[in-house]
Amino acid sequence: MNELINGFPVLTVTGLTQGAIYALVALGYTLVYGVLRLINFAHSDVFMIGTFGAIWTWSAFGFDANSPRPSVGGALGLIALAIVVAAILCGIFAMLVEVTAYRPLRARNAPPLAFLITAIGASFVLSEGMAAFTNRRQFGVPAMLPTDPLFSIGSWQVTPLQLTTIAVAILMMVALDWFVQRTKFGRGIRAVAQDANTAALMGVNKNRVILLVFLIGGLMAGVAAVLSDMKAASTRFNVGFLIGLKAFAAAVLGGIGNLRGAALGGILLGLAENYGSAVFGTNFRDFIGFLVLILLLMFRPTGLLGESLGRARA
Amino acid sequence: MTDVRTRWRDFRHGVSARFDRLPKASKIGLIVVFIVFLYALPNKGFYEYLGLPLGEYIPLYTTRNDMATVLFQCGYYILLALGLNIVVGYAGLLDLGFFGFFAVGAYTVATLTSPRSKIFTEYNWLESPWPWLVALPIAIALSLLAGVILGWPVLRLRGDYLAIVTLGFAEMIRIVAQQNDWIFNGDRGISEIAHPPGKNADGSPIFAFDAKPYYWLVLTVIIGMVFLIRNLVRSRVGRAWVAIREDEDAAELMGVPTYKFKIWAFAMGAGIGGFSGALWAGQANFVNASTFRLEQSILVLAAVLLGGAGNIGGAILGGFLVIYVPEWLRSIGDVFGLPENVRIAGEPYDISATNLRYLFFGIILIVVMIFRPQGLWPNRRRAAEIKDREKEAMVGA
Repeated sequence: MNELINGFPVLTVTGLTQGAIYALVALGYTLVYGVLRLINFAHSDVFMIGTFGAIWTWSAFGFDANSPRPSVGGALGLIALAIVVAAILCGIFAMLVEVTAYRPLRARNAPPLAFLITAIGASFVLSEGMAAFTNRRQFGVPAMLPTDPLFSIGSWQVTPLQLTTIAVAILMMVALDWFVQRTKFGRGIRAVAQDANTAALMGVNKNRVILLVFLIGGLMAGVAAVLSDMKAASTRFNVGFLIGLKAFAAAVLGGIGNLRGAALGGILLGLAENYGSAVFGTNFRDFIGFLVLILLLMFRPTGLLGESLGRARA
Repeated sequence: MTDVRTRWRDFRHGVSARFDRLPKASKIGLIVVFIVFLYALPNKGFYEYLGLPLGEYIPLYTTRNDMATVLFQCGYYILLALGLNIVVGYAGLLDLGFFGFFAVGAYTVATLTSPRSKIFTEYNWLESPWPWLVALPIAIALSLLAGVILGWPVLRLRGDYLAIVTLGFAEMIRIVAQQNDWIFNGDRGISEIAHPPGKNADGSPIFAFDAKPYYWLVLTVIIGMVFLIRNLVRSRVGRAWVAIREDEDAAELMGVPTYKFKIWAFAMGAGIGGFSGALWAGQANFVNASTFRLEQSILVLAAVLLGGAGNIGGAILGGFLVIYVPEWLRSIGDVFGLPENVRIAGEPYDISATNLRYLFFGIILIVVMIFRPQGLWPNRRRAAEIKDREKEAMVGA
């Protein structure tokens, strides 16, 4: 308990950082769920591909795990570039998953459980394909941002990495919220989420909206992948699994299908994990996340904010 | 394409109709012959006797792992699939953490029967290790209880929420098992778990390191379990499960106590999962925390849905395929003498079937589900429903 009180500032900041990454990945789960009512298991592996996309981008500029830190301006430029590359890569792979694994099943109106199996299949293909491609090796991430605290207020210290992560995550979430709430495409997404058939009658191209949803989910996962790379300092073909699991839990925590819920759930999960591991020991970090989730679902069976993506609850 | 499919369907229906028309005695005879065939599967001599080609590499025999070991693995996966089939296939509850119950069964046997377990070495709760056969019912009972305890709060949730909670439960069991200073001893694990009892004529134990007796044991258990489940699903309980799967609200209105029967399904499935874990622990002789990964829960679910949810035969087929196909893919490289490595731009890549087997397995899962969304060997009623949906889709498009 003392550790929690003494370490509270540090735990909060690291929790927020971790939570921001969960939240970005959770958005992908929740978007797809909101539109298709489908747990996209392959999303975690799309994220994994993004972590490699960032590493390849940096190595194209001659940065590997042992190279010296670039200047701050250079680092920011490299990070921005990696984010763009990883996001595009993830977006492409997310759309590939939708086209190859889900669209043929939708055309045949298959039962929901069949989607679950193709999702698992797609997840195997992506992670094992990457495993073969990288010889199952672990790859180090080049050092980018300086590690000294950027500023401190009392015992609250924020490192450049933490600031970047949180800032980028907030930026992405605000942009996504604007996109879904304010643009024509966003209205299409909300319409399909509310009632796919009626939306189709009103002239919304359902398949294009679904593809768009996968693309956006992929973009978010790509951004998260770069941030997570820098935090974890290494990546491997199976890195998506645990983060995907947590992000899915975060999406459920906030109310799956609800975008703001996913953001809130991710941040809460990150905080709960950090506080919990201070109290019960780091071994129980993953335990606490699920415990919080189960307890919450017992009292609020549809998550914190309820499930809705522009849905008028029937 | 369609032509081949209709002909294949006619052929299948022809076979099953002919089987149905047979007199009862011949039916039983055929089933007995099939069961004898199953018992003979792990004997290499059996294939040589049949005169199968390819010399040393017999097509169905696995070369990288002893056939009996592979079949035993298939066996305990089939048991798991049978258990999960009750939960997912009959009652329609999506359980993503089924392997957790397997872990409960395996750890119960491990802690009670191994002289290395902390119960005896540190805590002194018991005098001496128990024999395997005594620990077995305890293992089944405990996993059943775990099913009830987990089911009691979470079965009020629906669909995908249930999925994430069960998934979390399996993760939590694994994390508890991972604690080094607790009873389960983390990754160092528990060794010297007791084997099932029994002695050969010359006094040597039947159940030692050869996998064949274990395969025969698990096969016997499966046959017993099939009879049990078959009778159960044809009873009032089974009808209640199907009613819940089809429409929970309607079932409740018709007077089915849905909550009670959902817990029943959960507990039955959990008990069978625990049984499988106990059998596995008896063979493996050693458990540790890294044995129980979430991928395995997902593999069992894939087995049930690939085989065809809601059908006992389908669950068995699926459980067999998810273990056997990857193992067989490993052998196939030997059979055809495929290269193990290639060099691309000076970097060696492992392209052996061993390394790529789950990649192929993933592709197989996707392809099978696109062409047979109801699974390979579905329940007739569910298959009909799915056909209906397909027609609706055509009208809609």
